[in-house]
Amino acid sequence: MHNFDFAKPSTIADAARALAAEGAQALSGGQTLIPTMKQRLAAPSVLVSLTGIKEMQGVCLGEGGLHVGAATPHAVVAKEARAHYPALADLAGGIGDPSVRSRGTIGGSIANNDPAACYPSAVLASGATVVTNKRRIAADDYFQGLFTTALEAGEIVTSVIFPIPQKAAYVKFNQPASRFALTGVFVAKFASGVRVAVTGAGNDGVFRWAEAERALSADFSASALSGLSVDPAGMNSDLHGSAEYRANLVKVLTGRAVTAAG
Amino acid sequence: MPKDHGIGASSKRREDVRFLTGRGVYTDDMALHGQTYAVFVRSTVAHGRIKSIKTANAAGMPGVLAVFTGEDFKDVGGNPAGWLINSRDGTPMREPKRPVLAYSKVRHVGDAYAAVVAETYAQARDAAEQLAADSEIEELPAIIDMKAAVADPSNRVHDEIPDNLCFDWGWIEDNRAAVDAAMKAAPHVVTLELVNNRLVPNAMEPRASIGEYNPGTGDYKLTTTSQNPHLTRLLVAAFVLGIPENKLQVVAPDVGGGFGSKIYHYGEEALVLAAAKKLGRPVRWTAERSESFLTDAHGRDHVTKIELGCTKDGQILAIRTETLANVGAYLSNFSTATPTFLHGTLMAGPYKVPHVYVNVKTVFTNTAPVDAYRGAGRPEATYSLERVIDKMCRELNLDPFEVRRKNLLTPDQFPYTTPVGLVYDTGNYQATLDRVMAMADVAGFEKRAAESKKRGKLRGMGLSTWIEACGIAPSHLVGVLGSRVGLYDAATVRVNATGNISVMTGAHSHGQGHETVFAQIVAEKLGIPESSVEIVHGDTAKIPFGMGSYGSRSLAVCGTAMAKAVDKIIAKGKKIAAHMLEASEGDITFENGKFQVAGTDKAKTFGEIAFSAYVPHNYPLETLEPGLEETAFYDPANFTYPAGAYICEVEVDEGTGKVDVVAFHCADDFGNVMNPMIVEGQVHGGVGQGIGQALCEFTAYDETGQLLTGSYMDYPMPRAEDVPFYNVDYSCQTPCTHNPLGVKGCGEAGAIGSPPAVVNAVIDALHRGGHTHVTHIDMPVSPSRVWSAING
Repeated sequence: MHNFDFAKPSTIADAARALAAEGAQALSGGQTLIPTMKQRLAAPSVLVSLTGIKEMQGVCLGEGGLHVGAATPHAVVAKEARAHYPALADLAGGIGDPSVRSRGTIGGSIANNDPAACYPSAVLASGATVVTNKRRIAADDYFQGLFTTALEAGEIVTSVIFPIPQKAAYVKFNQPASRFALTGVFVAKFASGVRVAVTGAGNDGVFRWAEAERALSADFSASALSGLSVDPAGMNSDLHGSAEYRANLVKVLTGRAVTAAG
Repeated sequence: MPKDHGIGASSKRREDVRFLTGRGVYTDDMALHGQTYAVFVRSTVAHGRIKSIKTANAAGMPGVLAVFTGEDFKDVGGNPAGWLINSRDGTPMREPKRPVLAYSKVRHVGDAYAAVVAETYAQARDAAEQLAADSEIEELPAIIDMKAAVADPSNRVHDEIPDNLCFDWGWIEDNRAAVDAAMKAAPHVVTLELVNNRLVPNAMEPRASIGEYNPGTGDYKLTTTSQNPHLTRLLVAAFVLGIPENKLQVVAPDVGGGFGSKIYHYGEEALVLAAAKKLGRPVRWTAERSESFLTDAHGRDHVTKIELGCTKDGQILAIRTETLANVGAYLSNFSTATPTFLHGTLMAGPYKVPHVYVNVKTVFTNTAPVDAYRGAGRPEATYSLERVIDKMCRELNLDPFEVRRKNLLTPDQFPYTTPVGLVYDTGNYQATLDRVMAMADVAGFEKRAAESKKRGKLRGMGLSTWIEACGIAPSHLVGVLGSRVGLYDAATVRVNATGNISVMTGAHSHGQGHETVFAQIVAEKLGIPESSVEIVHGDTAKIPFGMGSYGSRSLAVCGTAMAKAVDKIIAKGKKIAAHMLEASEGDITFENGKFQVAGTDKAKTFGEIAFSAYVPHNYPLETLEPGLEETAFYDPANFTYPAGAYICEVEVDEGTGKVDVVAFHCADDFGNVMNPMIVEGQVHGGVGQGIGQALCEFTAYDETGQLLTGSYMDYPMPRAEDVPFYNVDYSCQTPCTHNPLGVKGCGEAGAIGSPPAVVNAVIDALHRGGHTHVTHIDMPVSPSRVWSAING
């Protein structure tokens, strides 16, 4: 790790100012950034911690659904979202291990947009709104490919607002080493229809499986998927699974998520 | 009533008090006055010619004290291979020099070609990055695939070795024609090609070394993560740096796991010593986990074709194997023994097979060196054999339990000379097979399978019966086979004046629990409390010259040396007692800590005898030396032969291909058991590593030689959720016939016996699910491989 300066502002405005400095980098739970810095693959000159900002912490019901502060650790979401949005709590409670869950945050996860992270699938399947210090971004506009989002330089995710579905479930199949999602499927059934978001599998990051959404909106049962197939052409392929294997997982896990959602 | 003390008791591991409370002292925990930090510059290409290394920039950076390159070590010795293997044609193996730092060529990603020593770690790291930037290395085509390596003479890992072949070994070459004839005549021949996957050892503690030099005395000290400090001293002193052995102390303090990878001497150890001499200050280095992945000696990595000739009812007539074994870029210390004498000699298994022939071609590639890893050669032999027998059962529609029973040696056949050069002293393989079948409730399997099916899972059962040769090793035998060292061990038992005991052992404990078990044995033999016995190990300045711990040898070899030293103590105690009790030596008995004149109540306690030995006022000084300290060296007469039978049950998820091990039963014969709890722990750990190999772990290099599985993001280690609660039994005991404790060794058993049981179970599950086209899946039997096999 190279030397760096450290700032821990207590307001969003102060954080935005600190991030305007040359070489500044936002730090939330640090579960990706710190290991990257230890390997000397990243060397920001200033780290601006967002975990001291009270208004970015916690889970509460509010306008538009469940508001989750961007600096809320996974373990807190797993606990506090349980009564309101159990599928989201399940997802948060299944990320990494206890130490990752006590440090890592939802804002950090979706700002990084790792293609194998869990949270992007919940945000996209829920049709959530990503709130920043500048604007509100619909989930469908927010995720723009591998490690790429609609965020501008210095823009800070402050919270995520999740509309609460009638039924939902997240089913993840672990990559055997990292235990990130080799493929994870979040299914959310709203009065207006079903949304299905897939993480881990796509070669351009999290995506919605439109065919399945149509089929499940008409008939919310695993058997509704039987005639569908996923094109391997859009799937990622690596040491732990071919594109064909991931395409299969998308379908299998979607069916299991529908069954789990009840 | 189980014993609560001494031999056979499940005494709690005394070392765990310090390990579990954070009071262990590992190499990296030691802070030394004036210490400096070494960082290595490692090749980022698999194969390259070093054109130039400009050291000036790095040398001038803040805090930098010294810069080393291969040039600095080109005139000192190389790190040697411990075994000389001859090829089938009688020519000796090709043995390239393994330098302290790579010189002229780099041969694998991670190969260190320079090092920087600085006041702080960060300064050394910065300078090492500068040095890397100032190095010009011409990348050459990487040699990764073994078949391609031997086929292309134009591309060489070592310029002087034209076909990248270390040796082409036949075992036993004289038997080859007979084996070929038997195979030809066999009514049925089963053929299986398989890969024994390369593993990264992943000891919890990374390698670390501290070099010190005292200009006032000329003494060197190396503190290092070693499984055998005396061997490391011998290698550094006699082969690499030429330091007189008496001027070098090697200390291996608490060591956090080795699994083989810390048997060997590595260049980093020589570098920190040379640097300490140059600077007159301590020089330390601790591997980052990435360095561990790139440079710890890896394990396994065999590609094998095995053929088995048999009758239609499953009597094995002949076995023939052809193996390509990867040694990586350089010969690590045991790397030539592992695929040969620790592998080929076990190819008859626990069976009566008249004809066996093993061919091993060992190949240099631009990958990390490969050497012994828990089990070392024996897991590879067991896996090949148990998989091909399973395939035979499927091809001929035979019951795998009955086929094993039909072929196993029977108790009346011992001692048994195998066709591959070993003499099994004793065993009862039917007993362990019967035992494991009872433990696993084989008869109830169909019911369990039906229950699994209700939950949408395919259930399968797999069996393996295994044997190993351990208690390494009889020196006269290994000498004939090419070993350049003896493999005895040694212990000194020092009775202190107050009657308690310090035992100095050649064996090194890096997690095994020697400090507990060895104390149990001494306490039992002397009739004293375990707490009165201290085990000292890991410091060449304190212990006798022993060969360290690996090959399930510590108890069978060093434990025996210790028992023999205790016997000498008792014999001397009898002489002292005879004098004190005014009786003849022959009338003195020793029991329960008391020297007694037989048939009388005249007695002296062990403590009284010890005190008399050190305060010899009433003592036969004219015929007997004072003091009570004895050393014994013990060289085993034979290997020991633990054996057993394992049954694994798995559930397969057809949708995802995921395999869950739902039950694992082990019936082992370890001979006499000194501490059941520790034996169970060893079996748990070994089976865990075996399940890891079978289901999870693999080491992938791409075609350019980059290690793709170089971190825990991509190298799948087994976790608690991947293993079941084990059902372990060691009640079938045929004591070893040639060591006085009757012990055989248990450290590697689980890792040897378990992989084929797991894979056999997966194949069984798939066949029961109707996927009968799947005859084999290479390890790791990962979800994607299982799914591809089903849908292939």
